[in-house]
Amino acid sequence: MKKRKFGLALASIFAAGSILAACGGGEEKEEKTTSDSGTTEQTSDFSVAMVTDTGGVDDRSFNQSTWEGIEAFGKENGLEKGDGGYDYLQSAAESDYVTNLNSLIRRDFDLVFAVGFALHNAVAEVADQQQDAKIAIIDEVVADKENVASIMFRANEASYLAGVAAAKESKSGKIGFIGGMTGEIIGGFQAGFEAGVAAVNPDIVVDVEYAESFTDAAKGQQIAKRMYDSGVDIIFHAAGGVGNGLFTEAKERKAKDPNANVWAIGVDRDQYDEGKVDDSTNIMLTSVLKRVDVAAQEVAKLAQEGKFPGGELITYGLSDGGVDLADSRGAISEETMTTVEEYKQKIIDGEITVPEQPEK
Amino acid sequence: MSKRLVNILVPLISILLGLIIGAIVMAVSGFNPIDGYVALWNGIFMDTYTMGETVRQITPYIFSGLAVAFAFRTGLFNIGVEGQLIMGWLAAAWVGQAFELPAVIHVPVALIAAAAAGALWAFIPGLLKAKLQVHEVIVTIMMNYTALHVVNALIGVISGGEERTEKIHESASLRSDFLETITDYSRMHWGFLIALLAVVIMWFILQKTTLGYELKAVGFNKNASEYAGMNVNKNIILAMVISGAFAGLGGAMEALGTFENMSKLHASTGIGFDGIAVALLGANQPFGVLLGAILFGALKNGGLNMPSEAGVPTEIVSIVIALIIFFVASGYIIRVALERFGKKRKEEK
Repeated sequence: MKKRKFGLALASIFAAGSILAACGGGEEKEEKTTSDSGTTEQTSDFSVAMVTDTGGVDDRSFNQSTWEGIEAFGKENGLEKGDGGYDYLQSAAESDYVTNLNSLIRRDFDLVFAVGFALHNAVAEVADQQQDAKIAIIDEVVADKENVASIMFRANEASYLAGVAAAKESKSGKIGFIGGMTGEIIGGFQAGFEAGVAAVNPDIVVDVEYAESFTDAAKGQQIAKRMYDSGVDIIFHAAGGVGNGLFTEAKERKAKDPNANVWAIGVDRDQYDEGKVDDSTNIMLTSVLKRVDVAAQEVAKLAQEGKFPGGELITYGLSDGGVDLADSRGAISEETMTTVEEYKQKIIDGEITVPEQPEK
Repeated sequence: MSKRLVNILVPLISILLGLIIGAIVMAVSGFNPIDGYVALWNGIFMDTYTMGETVRQITPYIFSGLAVAFAFRTGLFNIGVEGQLIMGWLAAAWVGQAFELPAVIHVPVALIAAAAAGALWAFIPGLLKAKLQVHEVIVTIMMNYTALHVVNALIGVISGGEERTEKIHESASLRSDFLETITDYSRMHWGFLIALLAVVIMWFILQKTTLGYELKAVGFNKNASEYAGMNVNKNIILAMVISGAFAGLGGAMEALGTFENMSKLHASTGIGFDGIAVALLGANQPFGVLLGAILFGALKNGGLNMPSEAGVPTEIVSIVIALIIFFVASGYIIRVALERFGKKRKEEK
């Protein structure tokens, strides 16, 4: 009896194996054809790749933005996804950063983007070991490494404009700010936003609360609920996934009472789609844009031309379109927009210096 | 079938089953399973670099697995290994950067600090369980969150508002030029020797000491142990403290080896939770945990190579790895089923 059962097990294994082998064969053929067409189209031999932080490539935030920039660069140059073209690797844990950076460098990508301040140490370590590799890190400065370019955004400038718009548009005179984790990056958003509000109306107090997370949407909703309950009508979030909780709360209130005066301001990408209640109503006032895609594309182009800004810090601000406010699609009045444009010009001209960190 | 044959066959069949179902998942999702598994293999064994990284990945799993297993033997379900581990991580990172000592003293001091921090974090639920009968599962789960936020706040204090602590001094590091040279700059470090030692220590405590005998007795039957004159409360607290110390040492591996500092954590590291699976895979035996950690760590590290080499997305990789582990874990079910079925036939005859 035992023998029979053993035989049965073996038979089923072989059967499964042969079915799989058939599947495998089909795949291979398909792959070959795609790679063939790839080589004929290829016009450039410059390849670029990126390592995400733990947020993943579809985080609707800067990982995704960077990838969009890299994809755009790849298409422009007729590159294919994969070796010798453009590609990305996702990090599931912090310990994956170094492994992923190394594996892309070992696959001979000419330029590797490291997305997010969390990759600081990994980049510094790999840069020392792989002297020939070119790495660009986004949202963080890795100093004194000849083969690392640091890309930063003056998000405080765009946040300032969001503050101006919020202060002008607020009916209750109360405005909220939800931060992700306390630190320099989010501090920039907060400082700019508060300064912008104060520039229009110094009497408005900005209600600031940090979620101490970039992922906890429930926490975001909890904070948003408290703020709206206390009379706040516009909330700006710089908190990644936490913001989704803010949007949920605002949308629920709007769905229950179409006249409710609740607004949210998005971050990083144009989050208009996230604020949709129904076809005619949307709770998104505007979004503070960080054009990581533009920056990634530009740095890739520089590197391609042999002008990789290694060892340098490049900052993008309002003046070069690296940060901006998203189209409000009518949510912000014409009058407010004119004021916002005035302030924008002043910042670009250097008349206003936006604070980089909140006062303590 | 002889018993020995069953012992060899069961794990082999279960791994094979896991691989086959994993392959079906890949094939159905439109990826070539053969390429996928070649990439997995290469991600574990391709060259000295990947092998070094695999060992590095395995090391903390050994500790988190031992921590869970140790508490299990006393009948305690320590889900707080995650929190104890990050407390240990911070303690080791702090000792590593705050003091300047010769390496012979520095490394042990950092390790002891990590073990103590982990032990302290486990002592609280142990005490609550012993004195007030508060269930350790609830307390340890909650203390994972407290640990996360306490550690993030402390990193801010230690570093003066930065996102991460400073790098530890060379004298506290477990890394070595020698290991870097032979593994082509992988992050492999001497911690794996400490982990192996910990496996032996756990085996020794459980099998060769009175303490271990008492701990196991409490695990088997609390009331009987008490009747036999053992101090059940003392043993519960001790089991948690030792378990926490193992977890804390796992954190020290990250602090003194892999990262050489600590960054603010956005979410749990997952090492502590994976430790539960590692312990179950290893049937809560010290050497079983070692094997479980090797399987877990190797799959985790090899899996990283699958998106890179075979284009299989990370999500599918997680499913495939989970399937393999699932079937290995259910190997015990297969074995029990085999034995039961075999016995019945015999009786019928």
